[in-house]
Amino acid sequence: MAQDGTSGTELAAAGDHDEAHAVSPGTAVVSSDAVRDPGLPPHRLRVTDTNPKKAKTAERAVYTLFYLSLAGSIFAVAAYMAFPIVPEDLLSVRLNNMFIGIGMTLALLGIGIGAVHWGKALMADHEAIDIRHPVRGTDETRARAVEIFDEANQESGFGRRSLIRNTLIGSLIAFPLPAVVLFRGLAPEGEDPVELLSHTMWEAGTRLARDPDGTPIKASDVTIGSVFHVIPENLPGSEHMLEEKTKAIVLLMRLKPEDLVEEESRKDWSYNGIVAYSKVCTHVGCPVALYEQQTHHLLCPCHQSQFDVANHAAVIFGPAARPLPQLPIAVDDEGYLVAQSDFREPVGPSFWERH
Amino acid sequence: MSTSTATRPETSVEKKSGGFTAAASNYLDERTSISAVVKEFGRKVFPDHWSFLLGEVALYSFVVILLSGTFLTFFFQASMAEVHYDGSYVPLKGVEMSAAMASTLDISFDIRGGLLMRQIHHWAALLFVASIGLHMMRIFFTGAFRKPRELNWVIGFVLFILAMAEGFTGYSLPDDLLSGNGLRIIDGMIKGIPLVGTWISFLLFGGEFPGTAIVGRLYTLHILLLPALVLLFIALHLVFVVVHKHTQFSGPGKTQQNVVGYPVLPVYAAKAGGFFFIVFGVIVLLATFFTINPIWNYGPYDPSPVSAGTQPDWYIGFADGALRLIPPHLEFVLFDRTWSFNILIPLGALGLFIVLAMIYPFIEAWVTGDKREHHILDRPRNAATRTAIGAAGLTFYAGLWAAASSDIIATHFKLTMEGVIHALQFVVIAGPFIAYFITKRICLALQKKDREIVLHGYESGRIIRLPGGEYIEKHEPIDEYQRWKLVSYHDYKPLMIRPNSRGKISVGQRARAALSRWFFEDRIAPPTRGEIEASHHHEDHVEIESSHQNH
Ligand code: HEM
Ligand code: FES
Repeated sequence: MAQDGTSGTELAAAGDHDEAHAVSPGTAVVSSDAVRDPGLPPHRLRVTDTNPKKAKTAERAVYTLFYLSLAGSIFAVAAYMAFPIVPEDLLSVRLNNMFIGIGMTLALLGIGIGAVHWGKALMADHEAIDIRHPVRGTDETRARAVEIFDEANQESGFGRRSLIRNTLIGSLIAFPLPAVVLFRGLAPEGEDPVELLSHTMWEAGTRLARDPDGTPIKASDVTIGSVFHVIPENLPGSEHMLEEKTKAIVLLMRLKPEDLVEEESRKDWSYNGIVAYSKVCTHVGCPVALYEQQTHHLLCPCHQSQFDVANHAAVIFGPAARPLPQLPIAVDDEGYLVAQSDFREPVGPSFWERH
Repeated sequence: MSTSTATRPETSVEKKSGGFTAAASNYLDERTSISAVVKEFGRKVFPDHWSFLLGEVALYSFVVILLSGTFLTFFFQASMAEVHYDGSYVPLKGVEMSAAMASTLDISFDIRGGLLMRQIHHWAALLFVASIGLHMMRIFFTGAFRKPRELNWVIGFVLFILAMAEGFTGYSLPDDLLSGNGLRIIDGMIKGIPLVGTWISFLLFGGEFPGTAIVGRLYTLHILLLPALVLLFIALHLVFVVVHKHTQFSGPGKTQQNVVGYPVLPVYAAKAGGFFFIVFGVIVLLATFFTINPIWNYGPYDPSPVSAGTQPDWYIGFADGALRLIPPHLEFVLFDRTWSFNILIPLGALGLFIVLAMIYPFIEAWVTGDKREHHILDRPRNAATRTAIGAAGLTFYAGLWAAASSDIIATHFKLTMEGVIHALQFVVIAGPFIAYFITKRICLALQKKDREIVLHGYESGRIIRLPGGEYIEKHEPIDEYQRWKLVSYHDYKPLMIRPNSRGKISVGQRARAALSRWFFEDRIAPPTRGEIEASHHHEDHVEIESSHQNH
């Protein structure tokens, strides 16, 4: 009944305080037969209001809590001095933490619980009533506000002098632009992120070395079923170590040659069942650190993408879309594993310009 | 004590000369007009309800964050310069790490009370975000976001997002293994954004990931820009709370035109002030006994190692979970460019979720068309559709959040990873519908029960035998105060479509009517006086009849 086109009488029955500005109750049903508000129930006294003994107990509790708080503060200061940190002694750190903490906790909770208890049990608890006023300004105020804007408009000619207004708006829009340009300086100039993302430290002949100590790996050390965390031999001590490492980390695994399914074009990228794959997840870049020997699956701990090493690290589960890039490897004269070249595609997470 | 002085004759003299307090007050007032403020706010009334404390917890934990964070700034070095650690924590001695990590270790192991402060800061941060979340749920489920408070809902929502940003930037500062790993994930996500992603990442990190700039930059955001914004929005938020005055739950004597509660001075000040110390105390208690973020166990950031089961702070979990639930191969190359839908879909879904939640007040206002101010809170059951929508949203969020622990769930309950992910995919997609349906039914059932109680009273436990031999339980009527709580809610009807002045029905009108039907078609109206009287008559009748026969 009380649809949008509600009649005036129904609105009045809404009884809300916007009487002067009958606002629409929308699709609310305004019943003239609604139950009436019985008004505030009678006030109930607390035990502390009626029993002076209880009031006394409450009072005692409150100041005892405040005393306790005082003691806590002093305790914390004392603990700071009594439990210094002894270099290389973890226990001293723990004790320092614990005793200062206990003191502070007491100091704070003493004040807090004391004050709340005071408020609840002892302070007058007569409910008070404030009257609300509609949030909108009164009609006079609103009229005056409109008038002020009108006057300002007249006096400045903001509406009339349209060219002044429009050029001002234009220049206000334009003036932050230099600040946007300035942010170009956040990254070094003369470098192209796409170029950087497309290459790693690996080159023809770079030896595969153990992460993190950098000792090179002999092909003969790699037994079937084993897995090595690998970095380029020249990584430790290099410039931009972390940035290079982020891209260059590799996992090396040896499978039984008969387990390995290899594409014709990539047959010579492996050596004797030893394969090397980028360790950077093609999802958003976590290290794919978990290898399951039985199934030849690699698992990324971040979002559980799984890659099948036996099948060119193809994605078998999880949000990643692309296989891990393979590093073509060979063996040098001394029997060490080396890269044949850099990766043939960018490693790590996808980016817009990648194709 | 005023009572004893009142009996003494010199009181009036004392008042005139004033004493120290009076003199100080006078001095201040003559320079600041502070008496007007006391007059205006000193006896301002605040209603009481436990759920109104959630916002206070958020405010107080932010104060604790400011205090503890400022202490940390005196020792923390936001630099990624490489140093060899030489502090008290033996297992890491000599290890290369950034100055940020080394200074965080120093705060933890070489500065008295430093570990406590770090842990206070971190626990307060967790409590801050948690209390904001609960506070938002309170606002949502009681309809406190309705006119005139829609804008304050939006402000609060901005605060929620700022809080998560503060948390994430803070988490990244120590430059330990987990924080670096978190940044790497952000880097990968940014790179997946079409057109600008590669460059945004490049600019953000000042070159390639990780670079040497990010900690310093996040530090500026963490201790300058974001706290300033949080403070600004908190100030705005509270100004509006004062302008609107606090909402109250319906109850006898509580109307749209009044606020019933306790005055600021003294009761509310004592309770709220005391509550600040309680919140602070609880945070210190947590920091005293529970380790949080033991970065020394993780070690400095290195792109290579990572262990299973690493997780972000809980409030980032929903985003991480969204990344995990995407099925494989949702990325392809088109027009020579990479389209990473495995990243865009979760980003888009989260963005949509956040936007919908942020504009919900405006949607509901449009559907009901109700332009009145609302200062009386809804009991969640009385706004069944809204409550059900909220439950659906929470289920969606919870599903994503659980997904962030999919590996832990799998190993803990000995399930397969695939099984857990598929189950959670189901929860996130079908769960909200199921939650919606169940919640709606529960609300309507509770409303029916209320109606029953108002009309026929509550079950007294007393059984009477009727003349015909059947037994009934005697129902006692409820008193008018209790009754008022059950009947005083707004009831809306579905909107009927009406042609406009030109005899047409617009698309907007149709959409609104459809939504309105969805919201209100199975509504349960509050009992009216007439209905209550009728039911009493009927009961009296039965009563009289039965007593007759019992003679
Ligand atoms: C809502 C606001 C804030 C949140 C949610 C927040 C959160 C965090 C978190 C989670 C950490 C990591 C701490 C760790 O476990 O190591 C952190 C670190 C830090 N925060 Fe905040 N913070 C906030 C505001 C502030 C403010 C206002 C300041 C300074 C005035 C500050 C100063 C610091 C400093 C110096 C660190 C690094 C030191 C360390 O990691 O121990 N924070 N923050
Ligand atoms: S980063 Fe490997 S699955 Fe997300």
